[in-house]
Amino acid sequence: MLRLEARSSTPAWFNLALPLGAVAATLISCSGLIALARANPLAAYGVMLSSSLGDLYGLTETLTRAAPMIFTGLAVAVAFRAKFWNIGAEGQLMAGAVASCAVGAIPMPGAVAMPAMAVAGAAAGAAVALVPALLRVRLKVDDVVTSLLLNSIVAYALTALIEGPWKDPMGGYPISPPIEETAYFPILIAGTRLHLGVLAALVAAPAIWFLISRTTLGFAIRVTGENAGAARYGGIRVERVLLAAAILSGGLAGLAGVGEVGGVRYQVMSDLSPGFGYSGIVIAMLARLNPLGVVPAAIFLAAVMTGAEAMSRATGVPVFLGDVIQGMALLSMLVALLFTGYRIRRTASP
Amino acid sequence: MPQPSPLIEMRGICKRFGAVDANRNVDLAVAPGEILGLLGENGAGKTTLMNILFGAYAPDAGEILVEGRPLRIARSGDALAAGIGMVHQHFHLAARLSVLENLLVGLPGKGGRLDRPGGLARLAEIGARYGLRLEPDRPVSALSIGEQQRLEILKALFRGARLLILDEPTAVLAPGEVEGLFEALRAMAAQGLGIVFISHKLNEVRALTHRCVVLRHGRVVGQVDDPAATSSAEMAQLMCGREIVPPLRPPAAPGGPVLELAGVATSAHAGMRLRDVSISVRAGEIVGVAGVSGNGQRALADVVSGMLTPDAGTLTIAGTRIQRFSPRAVQAQGLGRIPEDRMTTGLVAGLPLADSMVLPRIGTPAFSRAGLLDRAAILAFVEEQIAAFDIRCPGPMARAGSLSGGNLQKALLARELAFNPRVLIAAQPTRGLDIGAARFVHDKLLELRAKGCGLLVIGEDLEELLILCDRIAVIYEGRIAGVLEAAEATIARLGLLMSGAGGHA
Repeated sequence: MLRLEARSSTPAWFNLALPLGAVAATLISCSGLIALARANPLAAYGVMLSSSLGDLYGLTETLTRAAPMIFTGLAVAVAFRAKFWNIGAEGQLMAGAVASCAVGAIPMPGAVAMPAMAVAGAAAGAAVALVPALLRVRLKVDDVVTSLLLNSIVAYALTALIEGPWKDPMGGYPISPPIEETAYFPILIAGTRLHLGVLAALVAAPAIWFLISRTTLGFAIRVTGENAGAARYGGIRVERVLLAAAILSGGLAGLAGVGEVGGVRYQVMSDLSPGFGYSGIVIAMLARLNPLGVVPAAIFLAAVMTGAEAMSRATGVPVFLGDVIQGMALLSMLVALLFTGYRIRRTASP
Repeated sequence: MPQPSPLIEMRGICKRFGAVDANRNVDLAVAPGEILGLLGENGAGKTTLMNILFGAYAPDAGEILVEGRPLRIARSGDALAAGIGMVHQHFHLAARLSVLENLLVGLPGKGGRLDRPGGLARLAEIGARYGLRLEPDRPVSALSIGEQQRLEILKALFRGARLLILDEPTAVLAPGEVEGLFEALRAMAAQGLGIVFISHKLNEVRALTHRCVVLRHGRVVGQVDDPAATSSAEMAQLMCGREIVPPLRPPAAPGGPVLELAGVATSAHAGMRLRDVSISVRAGEIVGVAGVSGNGQRALADVVSGMLTPDAGTLTIAGTRIQRFSPRAVQAQGLGRIPEDRMTTGLVAGLPLADSMVLPRIGTPAFSRAGLLDRAAILAFVEEQIAAFDIRCPGPMARAGSLSGGNLQKALLARELAFNPRVLIAAQPTRGLDIGAARFVHDKLLELRAKGCGLLVIGEDLEELLILCDRIAVIYEGRIAGVLEAAEATIARLGLLMSGAGGHA
């Protein structure tokens, strides 16, 4: 008979073993669904792997897709470290996209336009994230609910904009006007979609890691998240730390939107993000809120997304399997996290 | 007392956690009608042993016999079914439910509903047998701590417990409530129940138990057959493996005032407001604040610690009047702070010990520069303090929550004492500590006094305050009811002031 027993300490190798175990459990449990769709699970996963990471094109597509998820994963990781429950990365991403698109549409040299788009996008994302943070700090309103519901408000506000006053006069669809061509983010490898924003995402991860683990602000964020009472007693202004974490988190989510506008779409439409903000939650959990872990976690989910399309074409398994894998990965990781606090013991059955 | 066949017998129990032997080959037996004291320092393995008996842990080796029959514990319900009940230090009650509902939760009902008439009858029967009474329809949220504990005991009895384990039951009780608990326990033993009583307070162990077993480093190191006739010092020596004598307090040589509260008043804080509180602490003396818990100690500690801004009155530290109250402001004047609750306000259990030890001064040049942590300086500081205070832990990066209470308190002392405070406020500095660890804290406080630091010690244990303090102020309903010099302070006089009866002291 099996039972759970409290653990007094967590071995260091768990940091790697838990996400890998969760991924393995996800792939094994989802192979049942592939079999139901009358395909060979191994063959399907093989197609997924080779198409997403097997050649230069697949690899660059996966990285391009991972970039916004690295940003949203970092956004969620920073917020959750402070126990600011930011479920609103999706809306903050959209706000960042709108602001950067508006700035990018102003004619100016690329070297000016790109930083200006980044600043505007980050500021817009931060502004959206400040709403639930201020409501919590000032009025003790639950931040899970407010940050989540803001996603819908931002999404509908965006729709209203691009269906009405901000609709591209040249296009028939509800799409915003495009940014100036000078503001297009440079492509790093010719013939692919790998753009400068991907590099920015890969640099952002170690930068945020440094901020969290090596600065006094990061220290305050960690301590506030783990024990706000002790932080306050220790002289940390907990409310300010929560607001700082919200600004940082919203800014990172906003940058995810900037990258999509400046590097991939060059304009804003309502399907700009296929749920990158929500994927950020899965990624941050898989990474155990470690900013460095966000990169492999985001690449894994991006590979699943790009690979799912090729797999669907090759084996006839619906492309939605990619979404199922993402959901299963989160569930598996949440179960796996149980093992940081408990161990399984085998006892003699009665 | 005579030894009938044991109710419960544990044989050769072994349990390891990683590299630590929590229990090594422990034998323990409890006879019907026996109150057994289980003694040992923090980390000696008492709680592990009782958790094994209760079924929360599986032993690595050894067996448990209930009335001679081997007990197989596969889940914690099995121990309950075998008649073993446990009252934990922290209660497990549903605050919104009534007394009766808490008792009936988890029991088979009648036709899918709670068996209310059956429950009432059983409650009345148990109440009559052991003198444990509670109104069945009162909500748990309206019960005092002592009554909640009584409910926990009733819960165990309700489920037919014949052996009751109590883990430090008196730690949460006011002095008056302790005697009531003891009477109930004696009545239960007289009816043939077995009781295991875990406590650090040796005078209580001597007053209550029939026999004591002493654990040290996970092993049984001794037994006391007649606790009432054994001195606390002898028991302490068994527990610690060395002699523990109360520290001596040399005559005070006080200097000028270093901490002055004048006419401090606050709004209600933790259930009590301060009214016109004036206290003065001079350099080189220890001033105690005695009182029944909940009479304003929390507000007093929070004002001095910079956590609470008073509505009226002044706080002056080392000659500087505090204008804007904040932890940093009082720290900047050389005030050291030992909080009442180590785990919730002192330390961050989930992070490395090092983080907790530098937390209050992380922004100072000692540990950071221009917003960047000075990791080398932090690690060097923490390692130095771990060595200086003999803090038992795997290292600076060990999770703070994995340390024992005594070692956590050492860490808190270390983080304040390292900065040579001119004044120290310590709230309940030895709560929950075993004798050895408490003695260490006492020595450190007296050492500070000898160095010319002024100390304000808030405590509930009068014997402790009498050992440490040059003067004792008594707080009652948010006011200072009186101040006694060490020479004139006795437990009786303090007790009178604490009860609000001695306004003329």
